[in-house]
Amino acid sequence: MTSGKTEQTSIFADRFGVTLQDLDRLLSAAFTKGGDYADVYLEYRTREMLALEEGMLKSATKSIFQGAGVRVIAGDKTGYASADSLEMSEILPAATMAGTIALNAGPSSRPHSANRGSPRNLYPAVQPLVNLDLAPKLHLLEEANGAARAYDARIAEVRVVLANELKHVLVYSSENPAVYDVQPLTVFQVSCIAGMDGERQIGIKGGGGRVGLEFFEAKPPSYFARNAARQAVLLLSAREAPAGPMPVVLGPGWPGILLHEAVGHGLEADFNRKNLSAFSGRIGQRVASELCSVVDDGTLPGRRGSLNVDDEGNPTSRTVLIENGILRHYMQDALSARLAGTAPTGNGRRESYAFAPMPRMTNTFMLPGANSPEEIIRSVDMGLYAVDFGGGQVDITNGKFVFSASEAYLIEGGRITAPVKGATLIGNGPEVLTRVTMVGNDLALDEGLGTCNKDGQSVAVGVGTPTLKIGEITVGGTRR
Amino acid sequence: MIPGMQDRKELARSTVDEAMRVGASAAEVLINDGLEFSTIVRLGAVEKLAQTRSRRLGMRIFNGKRCAISSTSDFSASSLHQMVCDTRNMARATGEDSASGIPSMDLYARALPELRLYFPAAGSLAAEQKIELARSCEDASRHCDPRINNSQGAGFSDSVATVTYANSIGVCADYDKSVCSLFATPLAESNGQKQRDYWLATHPDLTRLQSPREVGAEAARRVLRRLGARSVATCSVPVVFDPRTAAALLKHIADAASGTALVRRASFLVDKLGSQVASPWVTICDDALLPYGLGSRPFDAEGIPSQSTTVIRAGVLESYLLDSYSARKLGRRSTANSNRPLHGAPAAGPSNFYLKPGNVTPGEIIGAVKNGLYVTELIGFGVNLVSGNFSQGAAGLWINGGHLSFPVQEITIAGNLRDMLTSIEAVGNDLLSLGEIFAPTLLIGRMVVSGS
Repeated sequence: MTSGKTEQTSIFADRFGVTLQDLDRLLSAAFTKGGDYADVYLEYRTREMLALEEGMLKSATKSIFQGAGVRVIAGDKTGYASADSLEMSEILPAATMAGTIALNAGPSSRPHSANRGSPRNLYPAVQPLVNLDLAPKLHLLEEANGAARAYDARIAEVRVVLANELKHVLVYSSENPAVYDVQPLTVFQVSCIAGMDGERQIGIKGGGGRVGLEFFEAKPPSYFARNAARQAVLLLSAREAPAGPMPVVLGPGWPGILLHEAVGHGLEADFNRKNLSAFSGRIGQRVASELCSVVDDGTLPGRRGSLNVDDEGNPTSRTVLIENGILRHYMQDALSARLAGTAPTGNGRRESYAFAPMPRMTNTFMLPGANSPEEIIRSVDMGLYAVDFGGGQVDITNGKFVFSASEAYLIEGGRITAPVKGATLIGNGPEVLTRVTMVGNDLALDEGLGTCNKDGQSVAVGVGTPTLKIGEITVGGTRR
Repeated sequence: MIPGMQDRKELARSTVDEAMRVGASAAEVLINDGLEFSTIVRLGAVEKLAQTRSRRLGMRIFNGKRCAISSTSDFSASSLHQMVCDTRNMARATGEDSASGIPSMDLYARALPELRLYFPAAGSLAAEQKIELARSCEDASRHCDPRINNSQGAGFSDSVATVTYANSIGVCADYDKSVCSLFATPLAESNGQKQRDYWLATHPDLTRLQSPREVGAEAARRVLRRLGARSVATCSVPVVFDPRTAAALLKHIADAASGTALVRRASFLVDKLGSQVASPWVTICDDALLPYGLGSRPFDAEGIPSQSTTVIRAGVLESYLLDSYSARKLGRRSTANSNRPLHGAPAAGPSNFYLKPGNVTPGEIIGAVKNGLYVTELIGFGVNLVSGNFSQGAAGLWINGGHLSFPVQEITIAGNLRDMLTSIEAVGNDLLSLGEIFAPTLLIGRMVVSGS
């Protein structure tokens, strides 16, 4: 932080008095026993959550998270220590502790220290929501509550949640100059429970991103509220989902979670470097039908999975994972890239200062194809049309993944017919995309609710897909 | 125990006093101060050493029947003062809720139970000794069969924490607790098929933790029996859950029995108190006083002395898991089940939550199944607590003529939690504490298995 600019604008310098000399002292302490690479990660995050239930602001929560993590890499070994404090007296022992991993691994490259601000601004939120007065935020909650309750008399419970955070991070490593970034994140979510004749169903919709209040001009609270209410009411009359293998058409947007689970995790470089993934050693091979091209792109303005820089200070990028069916690239963090002799792809992410970074996805989606959604539906005689999902999970070693539909319909004779409930899809990651027989021209990204968990760390991600037809996949329902 | 912050009780009390001084009608403070060490060894070499210091102060401030919640890791006096004022301001903006308020004094009448939760054994080990535990655990998982040809690593971790509570009606208490764990995650390969599995042991006392050799051997046994797994044709059959997957099932019951979910009417157990919700073989308890329980504690996140609660007795739903808010809202009494993740709002949830063992062995349960599924792993999020719909990815072994015959994967099992509970036909005698929620082997009469 040599240039005056960051020194003046960083919360760490202004409020906690962290100087360039302090950061150098931390790296020196980290390198006490040698090592190849070290970094310091400072974080100050404020978060608020407002929840409206029973028509009133039921819960208001505010949290401050502050702390530092110091990492030392020696070969493929990682030493990591964190402190819930931004006081040098508490971070310095952590740096020394992290350095014990190196155990005389030899002298290290000296850190160089020149300032670099974040290279661009993908989230120029005019005013992060966390800093706004309560009144306009309460208005959003109330608008959603009113719209959901007005939708249908069968709507019995409405819960609306607005969660806003603002995260200041500073990353300083032995390879990169100090990088400072301020990252807003907003989530707005409406849950509706509908009841009729003893049957009860829930509908959940929402959205968000690295955005300010202007987000709600294009997508007002009532849009999410009516959609959640519609889903809950729809499920009241839904039939049991079918069981067994059949053609499945995925709707555009959030169903892209298929890509996240089926191929995304298996293409994270740490799993591949250790030969743990079903995709290990398969770069250059066919892993999908030639209709499929999948990218991970952390540079889309305002998206939930986007970042100016990752949590190792590297700029995020657009990485082609699969091109016309051929596996092209893995997603790299600094450690995996260093061991593979390649460049980081800006996918080194962490939940907070308490954790060492790992390769993680940002926004993962399939590029559009040639078919209209209508002709894709028309091509199916008997199958499932899934447009919304709860969540998914994958075993990256054997490639088996599941994801659970929260809104799906039968396709009969080329037409969308009855809604079904309780459908889970299960498949094999390296295989499922080879069965993609049609790709729509209607690529959409999700609304901005995705959270990915890996090794106990949660990070915000985005997904997307055009309408997609999978020739055959197993549907796990109860109706045989 | 943890250096750095000597008098947490004093800090908790003074923060409560500060809240009262700035105009709160009632206030409470909960402090969690912890230190964790962890190491991962992979292919015989140390891959990671990590140390995490985590301390957090959470407060709940009342303004009559309104309340707000906050938490921070910034313990400076000026920052805490700002947080108290911000929280008080938020508490003025929230809705007036007749069930809101500090817990009533009578809930604190019982003496705090004497529980032994802190064991110093792990803390006295040097880092090298901890690495050695992880290394020998990985060795035991790798060197017993040539088909085990890779590893995601084995790890050891230990942590200590002090929990401190104070409120404005004069309650102030604290306790220390320790926990350590050991895991191994071997990979095996045969005929081009790769599989991975794990075993994890966790205990408050290192001297009673499963040995590295046992943990490694169990992980190896689990991964080897998955080799050669295939899908099966879609069918409707009896399903046996092993203790690990039975515990996952029980977690959904705990979530559905949570007073917080019931107040929102977001549970399939709504309005079911006193009715038969499970088969007569099923008795489920929540017991915060359990010796060596990972969820044991002398008091809950509202400082209320812990108790043991029978949630389901012989199939009849007898009690929910309640904190003081959900109890008032539902016209009942707190069961001392307030849990508070310090970065969020308090909610009612389990302490140690388990299904009481029966008197048949797992072998007898499997032996009585002619054609069915033995589930050892569940994946995905296909559980809907409101409707009870259940549809999850599964892996395990196929049961043929009362014997485990071949491994299966890429299947789902589906049903409805309401029906699944009432069709539990056998409960094993093999209750094994694998975490805060645990269960023995269970047999569910019939579920739809979806496959090829």
